[in-house]
Amino acid sequence: MKRVAAFLVAMGTVVVSWLHMGLDVQYIRTAPAELLDLAVRMFPPDWGYAPEIVVPLLETVHIAVVGTIIALTVSVPVAFLAAENTTPNRITYAIGKLIVTVSRSVHVVIWAMVFVVMFGPGAFAGMVAIAVRSVGFVAKLLGEEIEEIGFDQVEAIRATGASSSQVLLYSVIPQIKPALVGIGVYRWDINVRSATILGAVGAGGIGVQLFNSVDAFRWSAVLTILIAILGIVLLSETISARTRAMVR
Amino acid sequence: MATEEGHSELPPDRTWRRPTAFGNHRVKWAVYVGATLFVLWSLVSLLADVSLGRLLTGVNNGLLLLEAMVPPNTASENVDRVVGYMGETIAMAFVATFTGVLISLPIAFGAAENIAPRPIYYLSRGIISITRAIDELIVAIIAVKAVGVGPLAGIVAISYLTIGFFSKLFAEDIEDIDMGAKAAIDATGASRFQALVYAVVPQVAPRFVGLTVYRWDINIRSSTIIGIVGAGGIGTLLLRSFERYEYDFAALILLAIIAVVLAGELFSAYVRRRVQ
Amino acid sequence: MLEVTNLRKVYPTGDEALTGVSTTIEGNEIVAMIGPSGAGKSTFIRCINRLTEPTEGEVTLDGTELTALDSGEMKTARRNVGMVFQEYNLVERLTVMENVLSGRLGYVSNWAALRRNFPQEDVEMAYDILETVGLGGMENKRADELSGGQRQRVGIARAVVQEPKILLADEPTSSLDPDTSHAVMELLTEIAAERNIPVLINIHEVHLAVEYADRILGLHEGELVFDGPTTDLDENAKDVIYRGKALAGESSSNYVEGSDTVTGETEPTDKSTITGD
Repeated sequence: MKRVAAFLVAMGTVVVSWLHMGLDVQYIRTAPAELLDLAVRMFPPDWGYAPEIVVPLLETVHIAVVGTIIALTVSVPVAFLAAENTTPNRITYAIGKLIVTVSRSVHVVIWAMVFVVMFGPGAFAGMVAIAVRSVGFVAKLLGEEIEEIGFDQVEAIRATGASSSQVLLYSVIPQIKPALVGIGVYRWDINVRSATILGAVGAGGIGVQLFNSVDAFRWSAVLTILIAILGIVLLSETISARTRAMVR
Repeated sequence: MATEEGHSELPPDRTWRRPTAFGNHRVKWAVYVGATLFVLWSLVSLLADVSLGRLLTGVNNGLLLLEAMVPPNTASENVDRVVGYMGETIAMAFVATFTGVLISLPIAFGAAENIAPRPIYYLSRGIISITRAIDELIVAIIAVKAVGVGPLAGIVAISYLTIGFFSKLFAEDIEDIDMGAKAAIDATGASRFQALVYAVVPQVAPRFVGLTVYRWDINIRSSTIIGIVGAGGIGTLLLRSFERYEYDFAALILLAIIAVVLAGELFSAYVRRRVQ
Repeated sequence: MLEVTNLRKVYPTGDEALTGVSTTIEGNEIVAMIGPSGAGKSTFIRCINRLTEPTEGEVTLDGTELTALDSGEMKTARRNVGMVFQEYNLVERLTVMENVLSGRLGYVSNWAALRRNFPQEDVEMAYDILETVGLGGMENKRADELSGGQRQRVGIARAVVQEPKILLADEPTSSLDPDTSHAVMELLTEIAAERNIPVLINIHEVHLAVEYADRILGLHEGELVFDGPTTDLDENAKDVIYRGKALAGESSSNYVEGSDTVTGETEPTDKSTITGD
C-alpha cells in the first residue's frame, strides 16, 4: 500500500513538473523532426576541418593531466585530514570534510566561470577548475582508503629497525598505492570528458571550437569534433580501465 | 603481480628483482618514461606562459570576487527569481528522469547478457557506450539547437544522458539475478515476456527504484548547469549574473544550487537506504 | 643476553599493565610466557623493543640499555630484536621476498630500499631462510595469496633475516590451526638452536608452552608470579598464574618473591585457562 502511495506521489510530481514548465505541445511534436533534421545536416563530417582540432584536442588532454596531478597532490593532505584515523583533531576533521563537500558540490563549469574571472579566459583557468573540482572526489576516496590502513603492518616494519621513510615506503605506500593510482587514472579519465566542455565558458580545450562551430551552424564541423571527442574519451577510458586492472 | 615459476631448475638464480605487472622490466620503464614525458609536455604547454605576476593578479581578483559576493544579494525580487528558476530546474530533473528511465528500460534488458539475444545485446551495449561518452553540456547545446532555447532542450538532454548511465547499471543488476527462478518459470512453458514479468522483474525491482532515485539526484545536478547553454533551469540565471558582474546575486544563486544539490543527495541516499 | 629490571607500564587510561617485572633471558633457551588474557604478556614483549614505551624500568640487551636510547638509536637497536606477530603483520600487497627483505631495512639506505636494491648477501640470506622455513620458490608470491601458516613462516623469516640477538614472538600460534601451531613452534625451537639465540614466546596454549619451552614465565595481572624450568610447572603453579589463587603452604623458589597477588585479592575471578582473545 505504501509502495503504491509512493509511486503515485512520484508520478504526480512528474505530472505537476510537466505542467509547471508550461511547455508548448507544438514543440514536442516537432522535436523528433528537428533532431532528425539536425542529424541530416551534420552528415557527412567535415574531414577537412580535422587538422585544425588536433591542437585543441591535445590541449584538452593536457588540461586533464595537469589538473589531475595538481588535484592528487593537494588531496593527499586533505585526505589525511578527512580520514578519521589520521586527522589530528575534530576541527581538522571538519575542515577536511568541508573542503571535500564544497569541491564536490560545485560543478566544474561553475568553477571554470569563477577562475575565468580570476585568471582570464584560457586553458589555465580550465585546468585550475578541473583541479579544484577533483580535489574533493580524490580526497574522499583516498580518505576512505586511508581509514583502511592496517597499522599492524606499519608496526611490523617499525619493529625491524627501519627508518621512518622506510616505514613509509614499505608499509604505508604499498597499502595506498593501488588506490592512489586507481583513483588518479579514474579521475583523469573523468577529467578528459569534463575538459571537453570547459570551452562553453571560455576556459580552453576542444570545447572552444565546438561551441564556436555550433554558434556558426557549421554542423558538419560539429560532427567532426564530436567524433574526435568520442575517440579521445573512449581512448582515455580504455587506458584508465587497463591501468586500474593492472594495479592492485 | 606474482608470477609462478618452476623452482626445480638446477643452478638456482640467487639474485632477485621485483616482478613487474608489465611482464618485463624494459616494458615497465618504457611505460614510465613515456608517461613522464607526456606529463612534462602537459605541464610545459599549460604552465609555460603563466607568470607569478599573473598568478598573484588572479589571487587578488579572487579576493575581489569574494568581496563582491559577500554578502549575497537577498533582495526579495532576486530571491523570487531564484525560487522561480529553481522550480523549473527541479521540474526538469523530474520529467527527464521519468522519460530517461522509460527509454532506458528496453535498452537495459537488451544489454543484460543473461536474457538478451546476441544481436540485441551488442546493439544495446553500443548505444550505451556512445551515450556515455559525450558530456552533458555538449548534449544540451545540441538539444538547444534542435528544439530551441528553454526547458524542453534540457529535458531532451538529460533524458539522453540518463540512458547510458541507467541502462548500463541496471543491465548489470539484471545480470546478477538468480537464473534459477527464470528457469523454473520457463519450464512452465511461459513466453519470453511472461518469464520476464514473473521471474526477472520482482528480483530487480528494489534496485530499479534505488537506481532511479540515484539518477534523479545526478539529474538535479545536471539541470542546475545546463542553463548555461540555454537549456533551461537556474544555470541561465547564473551565467547572466556573471555576465552582468552581479556577483552578489551570483553568490545567492550558487548557495541555492549547493543547497538543492546537497538536499537531493541526502534524499536520494535516504530513499536508497530504505529500499535496499 | 636480555636483562629486564623492574619493568613497569601504566597506560594513559590508568591501567597498570606491568607492575615491575624483572627477569633475565640468555643462551639459546626457549622461554614461554603464559598467563590469562590481559595479564600484560603482549605489553611485556612490546616494551622490550619499545613498540610500547615502558613507564619505568630497564631493558638491557647484550650490554646496551635499550630504555636509555633516543628514538634514532632505538631504530638501530631494533635490528637486533626480531619480532613475530600474532596476526603475522605482513605487508599484504608486497611479495614474499619484499616482506622478508624488509627485515634488512635497518641495514640499507632509503634509496636502495626504494629501488628494492638489497646487497647480494641479503638476497642470498633471504633465499636460504625461505628454504629453512619451507617456502622455497614462493619468493614472488604476494603475501595476500598465502595461507595463515605460510604467512607466519614469512613473518618468522622476516624476523630471522635481521640476524637478531633475540627473537620475540607475540602469540605466534593464536591465529593458526593446531597442526600448523606445532610446526611453527618447532620452527622457532630449531631457529634458537641453529642460530644460538634465545626466543621469548607469548603463548596462550599451555600445552604448547610445556611441550616446547625450556623455561616458563607466568604473568598474572602485570606481575611475574612464576619463573622456572618447564618441569616445575605443576597444577599449583598454574593456579597461581591463571587464578591468582593463594597457595596452601606450598613454597618453592620458583614463585617470585614479593608477589602480593597471592594474598589480598580474594574475589573469585572467572578467568579460565583457555580463554581466547
